[in-house]
Amino acid sequence: MGRFLQVVVDGIADGSIYGALALALVLIFRSTGIVNFAQGEMAMFSTFIAWGLHDSGRPLWLALLGAFVLSFLGGMAVERVIIRPVEGGRPLTVVIVTLGLFIVVNAAAGWIWGFTNRGFPRIFPSGTVGLGGVAPSIESLGIIAVLLGVVGLLWLLFQRTKLGLAMRAAAQNPGSSRLVGIRVGRLLMLGWGLAALLGALAGVLVAPRLFLDVNLMGGVLIYAFAGAALGGFDSPLGAVVGSWIIGVTETLAGTYVSAIGADLKVLVPLAIIFVVLLVRPSGLFGVPEVTRA
Amino acid sequence: MSPVTVEAGSPRHRALRAAALAGAGLVAVGLPFNSNPVVNGELTLVLVYAVAALGLNLLVGYCGQISLGHGAFFAIGAYTAAVLIAKAHVPYLLTVPAAALVTFVLGFAFGVPALRLRGLYLALVTLALSVATPPLIKRFEGLTGGVQGMAVPQPAVPGWLPLDPDQYLYLLVLGVAAALFLLAANLTRGGLGRALVSIRDDERAATTMGVDRAGVKTRVFACSAAYAGAAGALFTFALGFVAPESFTPLLSFSFLAAIVIGGLGTVAGALLGALFIEFVPQYAGSVNQALTGMLYGATLIAVMYLLPGGAAGLLGRVRRRLVEVAEAPPPGGRPTGETAIEAGTVSPSQGGGLPAV
Repeated sequence: MGRFLQVVVDGIADGSIYGALALALVLIFRSTGIVNFAQGEMAMFSTFIAWGLHDSGRPLWLALLGAFVLSFLGGMAVERVIIRPVEGGRPLTVVIVTLGLFIVVNAAAGWIWGFTNRGFPRIFPSGTVGLGGVAPSIESLGIIAVLLGVVGLLWLLFQRTKLGLAMRAAAQNPGSSRLVGIRVGRLLMLGWGLAALLGALAGVLVAPRLFLDVNLMGGVLIYAFAGAALGGFDSPLGAVVGSWIIGVTETLAGTYVSAIGADLKVLVPLAIIFVVLLVRPSGLFGVPEVTRA
Repeated sequence: MSPVTVEAGSPRHRALRAAALAGAGLVAVGLPFNSNPVVNGELTLVLVYAVAALGLNLLVGYCGQISLGHGAFFAIGAYTAAVLIAKAHVPYLLTVPAAALVTFVLGFAFGVPALRLRGLYLALVTLALSVATPPLIKRFEGLTGGVQGMAVPQPAVPGWLPLDPDQYLYLLVLGVAAALFLLAANLTRGGLGRALVSIRDDERAATTMGVDRAGVKTRVFACSAAYAGAAGALFTFALGFVAPESFTPLLSFSFLAAIVIGGLGTVAGALLGALFIEFVPQYAGSVNQALTGMLYGATLIAVMYLLPGGAAGLLGRVRRRLVEVAEAPPPGGRPTGETAIEAGTVSPSQGGGLPAV
């Protein structure tokens, strides 16, 4: 039983990492209606920035802060320069542009930092905490706490501030928002900046657990997609809950189902994506899209 | 230099088209005799990718649907051919339609539920398909040879042909590819092609006009999967070896990149795009490992902004400088007003119209 709970906690921790990236995806989808296939690579790039800053002598907290700020600015720039021209266009155009972005960012990271893998410093102290028969690692608990904190902050932003209200208005109805004086363009940039920040968070949380190389976020992206699809692409709550479910399911399946080894664990979120999109595309918490046939 | 004007469908037009095709055909057939085995191998792969890109173009360029998963059908076709050749000793040329049939059925089965989804969700579901492929290949080790892959004997040159193995391989693949290209050209010029374009341009209007939208979309998905499968079989011929690393999601992205850069919705675009994805990574990669990715991605984005018609669009513009194909006049001759005036039976001042009151 203890082992089972431990696996579940690990699964929730994994799910929290996916959840951070899924939140980024959902944020962008809600504000611009775009699924950003490059979100993972942008997160990887941010993680490399953090690594670079730390490697050149700065303390870890400063490196992380610097990476977060730069990611925020970078996300804003990407929206303004690369995405703005194709917003509202055909889905195919947007998919191809974000795919192109995926490839470019991946290659750019390799160009700047090389393709060999390296370690990333631990953010949380190693060790475990005894909690009534279960001994989850401090890292797992820390990751879950960080995600909950971020979700809380986002909730405050969107539901309790004027800025958040404006962002919600701009996402829901850009035309009317402009008419009441809301600078929609600026808010879209802000949304992408926030999303990049969330992605950077996901990156630095997962990097100590894996090797840091250009393919760091490839797998995480798939899990994040699965989480967002399960929860509903337009629901931040869904992104988090969905990702937790994905994390737990994947870890349980990998541990207890012998037919699925570590190699095939990725099939779990893929199967979930299939089933969800075919049975209930709007996900658990999303609102079904109603179009005039 | 003003373009030469040619009427569409006239004997002159048809002669020009035949000459262009014959010229291209001569070049294509003559290529392997003027280069070395390495280049021939690369050219063979270009043809293989062109067939896959052609199938994807039917779906994406003509029908307006997105697929990030055609690498999976390519892989299925490749492994089908590999297993048939290596384990069942089926004659080579039969494996191509066999692979195409398998992927057609699978594509149809996948398409029925999947094509109910809108653009981005369809992209996601097909992405899941291509991500699932390498692990699934490794899982069914008994059949596929797992991580180590499977060696497959390549088509041997028949005794009566004085060709080198690489030349024979190239010409064999060229023959199959040419047949598939012709098939695609016929498909897109006829009723199915028009139905496809109508769906792409405005689904609602198309359904109003009686186009069976769901049926057409599913059939096109299945056809494009079949093309990918046939290309996969040819890939097995060309390489003589199949392994999971050849079929990563990056392959699906490459196919999509090929048709976007080559030119969406054109048959020639598939070939041009295949040339890009075969040669650019090699030459860029020899300069700098990262350069490939940057060129690829930057070209993709640039094409979407600046040159939506892709390379084929660019070539089309060049062609229009040289030869202008004018619309043929409607049957029944020119409007009566003109001929009457020309014939002199009605004077210009009368105009043949309403009398001035």
